[in-house]
Amino acid sequence: MAMRSFSQVRWYLSPCGFLPPPIQLGAGRLRGRGGAGAGRRRGRGVSPHYPFLRAVGGYRCYLSALTVFGDLQPQCLLRRASRFLSRPGTAGTESAALEPPPSSKSPPSPQSPLWAPNSPRRGKAGIVPNRPLGSFPGVPMSPPEHRSRLSPRTARPSPETREELQRRLRGLIENNRVMIFNKSYCPHGQRVKELFSSLGVAYNILELDQVDDGASIQEMLLEMTNQKTVPSVFVNKVHVGGCDRVFQAHQSGLLQKLLQENSAYDYDLIVIGGGSGGLSCAKEAANLGKKVMVLDYVIPSPRGTTWGLGGTCVNVGCIPKKLMHQAALLGQALRDSRKFGWEYSQKVKHNWETMVEAIQNHISSLNWGYRVSLREKGVTYVNSYGEFVEQHKIKATNRKGQDTFHTAAKFVIATGERPRYLGIQGDKEYCITSDDLFSLPYCPGKTLVVGASYVALECAGFLAGFGLDVTVMVRSILLRGFDREMAEKVGSYMEQHGVKFLRKFIPVMIQQLEKGLPGKLKVSAKSTEGSNMIEDVYNTVLLAIGRDTYVRKIGLEKIGVSISERSGKIPVNDVEQTNVPHIYAIGDILEGKPELTPVAIQAGKLLARRLFGGSLEKCDYINIPTTVFTPLEYGCCGLSEEAAIEVYKNENLEVFHSFFLPLEWTVARRESNTCYAKIICNKLDSDRVIGFHVLGPNAGEITQGFAAAMKCGLTKQLLDNTVGIHPTCAEVFTTLDITKSSGLDITQRGC
Amino acid sequence: AVMAAVALALRRRGMRFRWRIWASAGGVRGAAGGAAGQQDYDLLVIGGGSGGLACAKEAAQLGRKVAVVDYVEPSPRGTRWGLGGTCVNVGCIPKKLMHYAALLGHMIQDAHHYGWEVGQPILHDWEKMAEAVQNHVKSLNWGHRVQLQDRKVKYFNIKASFVNQHTVRGITKGGKEMLLSAEHIVIATGGRPKYPTHIEGALEYGITSDDIFWLKKSPGKTLVVGASYVALECAGFLTGIGLDITVMMRSIPLRGFDQQMSSLVTEHMESHGTRFLRGCIPSRIRKLPDGQLQVTWEDGISGKEDMGTFDTVLWAIGRVPETRCLNLEKAGVNINPKNQKIVVDSQEATSIPHIYAIGDVAEGRPELTPTAIMAGRLLAQRLFGQSSDLMDYDNVPTTVFTPLEYGCVGLSEEEAVARHGQEHVEVYHAYYKPLEFTVAERDASQCYIKMVCLREPPQLVLGLHFLGPNAGEVTQGFALGIKCGASYAQVMRTVGIHPTCSEEVVKLRISKRSGLDPTVTGCG
Repeated sequence: MAMRSFSQVRWYLSPCGFLPPPIQLGAGRLRGRGGAGAGRRRGRGVSPHYPFLRAVGGYRCYLSALTVFGDLQPQCLLRRASRFLSRPGTAGTESAALEPPPSSKSPPSPQSPLWAPNSPRRGKAGIVPNRPLGSFPGVPMSPPEHRSRLSPRTARPSPETREELQRRLRGLIENNRVMIFNKSYCPHGQRVKELFSSLGVAYNILELDQVDDGASIQEMLLEMTNQKTVPSVFVNKVHVGGCDRVFQAHQSGLLQKLLQENSAYDYDLIVIGGGSGGLSCAKEAANLGKKVMVLDYVIPSPRGTTWGLGGTCVNVGCIPKKLMHQAALLGQALRDSRKFGWEYSQKVKHNWETMVEAIQNHISSLNWGYRVSLREKGVTYVNSYGEFVEQHKIKATNRKGQDTFHTAAKFVIATGERPRYLGIQGDKEYCITSDDLFSLPYCPGKTLVVGASYVALECAGFLAGFGLDVTVMVRSILLRGFDREMAEKVGSYMEQHGVKFLRKFIPVMIQQLEKGLPGKLKVSAKSTEGSNMIEDVYNTVLLAIGRDTYVRKIGLEKIGVSISERSGKIPVNDVEQTNVPHIYAIGDILEGKPELTPVAIQAGKLLARRLFGGSLEKCDYINIPTTVFTPLEYGCCGLSEEAAIEVYKNENLEVFHSFFLPLEWTVARRESNTCYAKIICNKLDSDRVIGFHVLGPNAGEITQGFAAAMKCGLTKQLLDNTVGIHPTCAEVFTTLDITKSSGLDITQRGC
Repeated sequence: AVMAAVALALRRRGMRFRWRIWASAGGVRGAAGGAAGQQDYDLLVIGGGSGGLACAKEAAQLGRKVAVVDYVEPSPRGTRWGLGGTCVNVGCIPKKLMHYAALLGHMIQDAHHYGWEVGQPILHDWEKMAEAVQNHVKSLNWGHRVQLQDRKVKYFNIKASFVNQHTVRGITKGGKEMLLSAEHIVIATGGRPKYPTHIEGALEYGITSDDIFWLKKSPGKTLVVGASYVALECAGFLTGIGLDITVMMRSIPLRGFDQQMSSLVTEHMESHGTRFLRGCIPSRIRKLPDGQLQVTWEDGISGKEDMGTFDTVLWAIGRVPETRCLNLEKAGVNINPKNQKIVVDSQEATSIPHIYAIGDVAEGRPELTPTAIMAGRLLAQRLFGQSSDLMDYDNVPTTVFTPLEYGCVGLSEEEAVARHGQEHVEVYHAYYKPLEFTVAERDASQCYIKMVCLREPPQLVLGLHFLGPNAGEVTQGFALGIKCGASYAQVMRTVGIHPTCSEEVVKLRISKRSGLDPTVTGCG
């Protein structure tokens, strides 16, 4: 990279305001390290993330140096610029000194709709949607004589508001090649606009006098750039300065260089983890014309199972489990079919190997499909283990242990989770998890499933469906987090269909009695309520006690990304951003977000659009529907009854419920009063449906549409007014008329 | 004629007047124990189908004295059935069960891909299926009788016809006559399959959907004439249980439904073994000495006459409302002479204010069980329950249970374009592959979803069309969404349920206008 001289950039008094001189000390320090790359400074300062910004004074000097001193590599400059831009909000003392006297006005709302600079409405000149002048009550327009001065008007906003504001500013600066903060009447701003127009360069402009929180923005800009005045111009994330600086940069050729400089990094985005979320984010970013890399690497399970691109869902999650569930349903269908007149030899056997081979073939085709689609979209895929080594640099280690290094402006962590082990004697040696089950080359035989998560119940369900002897060992409750009544109904249906439940026991030791495929394992378990011990022999022990992230081994500590101590998950804000601003996280590793493929896909896609597409749409984690594919499927959307009571109080709720009998079950002579429908309505909000629960065949297919309706504000009245589709299971929701509180009988009556 | 009209008008005014007096007297009577005063009943329902029974039960629930008369005129082939009407006996219920039997056949074929070792040969026994289905239907007949009894609704198995505006004459199977009078009368007699009038042997040798579900023996090689949903559903399940089936259609399939979807439905059936004879009209049926039926038809395209032999000929060319034997003119109830349906207003009232018509017999109503049920219930609530809620016939969802099910709600693409103009309609669509099809190596070329929206933001959803497994279950919830005024954006903001077919609806990204390939690949 050629060295670039900034020496021509002179120090000027801007006509629109005064710029203080740079503080030589700080500048000198920076200069001393010029060209050395930003990453090295890790770990030196007080702040874990921005150690080089030891004091706000140093920070300021750094800023000044950025525009004045000439021996810095532009790459380095850009790095620093973007770091500085992403500096977390500080209530620095000196900026407080610049503060105007407080007024009674409340801080501008962070949710101000004015912030839509990247909305599709933006034309070439990037007009920011404006409100009528002076529309914000209590904020007088600045008098003409003080026009371009920062007018002291606003009270100091809350730290949250400031952070929000700062994030928006950063977003504007990072997402626009040229970003101009201006006031519409400033003649200098006009000159800058004309300059960029004459260069044929698209720019975005925010006229501070035409937005409600213009004053706050100007304060924030002052804090960020040490420039008090407008116009304040950023080119490719670098703060160039005011009007005169821009013209000088233009004369010196710096401006052109800055404009040409697309990115100092190898990639615009590196995604770590090629699962549903990571891939969707990567592909969307590539669709938006960005240079994207995906790193994916599967650490073999303790039993040695490994798989291809696509993550949990495709390889060891939704896809194989739904297919095995389908296989089990087909077993049920075979039994039913005789009642519907089908005749064939009585002997029906299930062949595990045939099924696994068919399923694995399908998965391989999906792995391949993902690789092809990445290639088609121009995303670089590397089958290597990614680990941060610097803020913007990652080390990728392949299977042979060879390292390569890659840099990117932004990173998305989407490494997902892996099954948890018990930490008892024999668990890693002899037990399998869902990571191993779907590609198990032999039939698992008599199986103990440990856990009562949905993974546990789904696996136990289909294994029993193949005619295997299956026991589920449950420590406390079934399907934690789901509606209790529904969870118990799921369990009791399984119990009626041959799954044994051992409640309130936990395994303490697994011993191998016999080797083989499968072998024989002795499981010792103790009661959670006493000293009672039991032992039994199984061919296979499947652990499904939960899942953990493995984010502690990807170098996050080196770049200061915080990880929740308790859960090992990564906390993010409402735009999936970690505490380190250029690092984002999506999917199962997020703290407090649903662990579902479509959620990760949606979050990844929307994140890419926000980062690179000028979108502002956030991922909505409310009312996410899901389905548990137990033998009798359980679909739900919204709140469980318990959660609803907690949030809205029992007296404000009305719960409608009913058993229903699928028509097909009649002739098949399956049990009645098993399938169950329940909705929870908020009486205080015109009986709005806040919880939807269905237990029955095809629950997933049923729930989806109702989830869409809940997005549109579904009420009980609308359910009642909707005509059913006859004869289906879903129509039961259009005729729910018995409330739980009435205590009336809901067992099935006629047609 | 003028005199008659004046007389009628006078009579009607008089009736209305009298009705008001009764209504006010009703409160007193109610207190006295529910006797119906001058009339035998508060409400008389003619026709014990879904709509009629729902209306009767609701009225009884509201404390009224109610009677239901129901009588099944045997089909030309002598088939008859019990209480419950078309849906229960010769409609939705048996057809969905037989459809499911056919689906099970597909599942047995799928099963070996999923590791199930099923011994060959696999055969289907019609008699066993029919018996199971019929037994279920009979249990439902019984259930309806019990429900009426429980709610103290008087049930008469008599054939009814009007004597005057408040009186109905009933004739029992044995020929006994009786008179019933009521303040309010609801006509819910439904419809019956149509027979062609000028085709030799049609009535003599052909059967209809009234008979197919009650056949003791397998229909064998069957010619289904017609392209209504009844025709396609029957042809679909008959093919599915292994029979040799031919559908003869005059023009388009599923008239009134979205035509792109309809042609995908028939395309799928064709690829699964149903033969289609398009543009053909049967001209005569003769019985051969071996008992087979020889059908002659005219091929409208080549203009030639063609011939084939079948074991069964099933007419599914439409349905006619059951209004002819009601003596409606005695009561002054108007019908549309073109289609014989009873003309009704938004309150379901006929030309005589205290006589109502609901269900398939009423003009301009969708011929669907749940609409009849809801209309009947709402009518009873308006009559006796101080409600004024009208039945909303817009955006009624429905599903055609062809081998690949077709669920829809709202406008077809043609209708949307006709109403709003091509320029204002945006259609999002996708070809998708159900996960279960992959391992089973099933062809998914016709699994297709289409959402018809207004083009202007927020792109209100006008119609949803879903072709694939479990279409009924998928469509129901989205019907609610459309009822809630869902926009395209709202549907897109809904997170999918993975892996299902219905999640494809919330992932529809490709507009027809864009010309992009709408084939869904992978999970993204």
